[in-house]
Amino acid sequence: MEQFIREKIKKVKKGDQSAFEDVVSFFQSKIYQHCYRMLGNAHEAEDIAQEAFIRAYVNIHSFDEKRKFSTWLYRIATNLTIDRIRKRKPDYYLDAEIKGTEGLNMYSQMADEGRLPGEEVESMELQRYIHQEISELPPKYRSVIMLRYLEEFSLQEISDILDIPLGTVKTRIHRGREALRKRLRHV
Amino acid sequence: MECNHEASSLMHKYLDGDISNEEEKKLRLHLEDCEACQKHFRELKRTITLLQSTEHIEAPANFTANVMNRLPTEKKRMKYGRWFKAHPIITAAALFLIFMMSGVFSAWNQDSELVVSKQDNLVIEGDTVIVPEDVTVEGDLVVKNGNLVIKGTINGNVTLINGKLIENPIESEGLMASAGGVNGELKHVDQIFEWVWYNLKNLFRSIFAF
Repeated sequence: MEQFIREKIKKVKKGDQSAFEDVVSFFQSKIYQHCYRMLGNAHEAEDIAQEAFIRAYVNIHSFDEKRKFSTWLYRIATNLTIDRIRKRKPDYYLDAEIKGTEGLNMYSQMADEGRLPGEEVESMELQRYIHQEISELPPKYRSVIMLRYLEEFSLQEISDILDIPLGTVKTRIHRGREALRKRLRHV
Repeated sequence: MECNHEASSLMHKYLDGDISNEEEKKLRLHLEDCEACQKHFRELKRTITLLQSTEHIEAPANFTANVMNRLPTEKKRMKYGRWFKAHPIITAAALFLIFMMSGVFSAWNQDSELVVSKQDNLVIEGDTVIVPEDVTVEGDLVVKNGNLVIKGTINGNVTLINGKLIENPIESEGLMASAGGVNGELKHVDQIFEWVWYNLKNLFRSIFAF
């Protein structure tokens, strides 16, 4: 697969726009998922994920072919999501408590998606709960935890993606794990 | 061993795959004795399992198509740049042609002054060159940027560049004007392409003259 992507990137660099289509369709779900987990909503996730691919295309000549393309792409996507989170106003957060209520936030105001009977509901509830706990982590821990456990990058790759030292990656992973342990202890 | 700090840092090392054999033994021994740490360790491992069990999200339909539609169309400059890199010989030839043409054009534009090939007995009035009635010019005559009136005879070729041959300067002298004659080729050049053609012909002629 690595080789397949490498060939496609070479073609894109030579100006073959159609070769980029294969690259997008190969990575689309991964990048979309990454953005979705970082941002917590589908609309922004699609917007930012598309933007990430477009940036990659426009700047393809600055990509060093000795490196891994996926690392480079995730880096663009991560930076874009972090920018987006920074630009958000605090009152856009869905999990912010609504004034004058106790324990009510925007999540509880949203209509539930179609429910399924029995065990599936339970597993979906659990999934949703886990994702909500992840999304409540501060972005710097969230990105590291996601890259490690949802997208299964090595610590060194995460260090490359986020452009931070390996030691910092470890510290953030330790803290992220501890934070999630406390949140998910009662599940 | 201090539970809170040292043990937990060993646990994280273990989870990152960074732990040495000795440290692992140390951790295992401690876990056997310490229930709090056992619980902590179990919870950490369970957290990871939970994280890994989450299902993957698929990108929305048409995602790739939407990205492809939003891609900028290639800049023309880029296209040309790439084309030039791919065809160095054609590029060199085109550059050569451009320089050559600009040389010819500037030569064409530069001298708008009247130039007459050196011949005796010619009368020049303003931008008109007159070959008087009783004069016979021996050899070729070239007039540039001026008109030519021939009353006498020219024993050679006449080349007129950017000018006209005036047959009848004064009407009353109409008959006399016909007395003038050219015993050779009469060439008229007043279009730039003809000028180029003329130059090229001269060039080849001079090459073949050797």
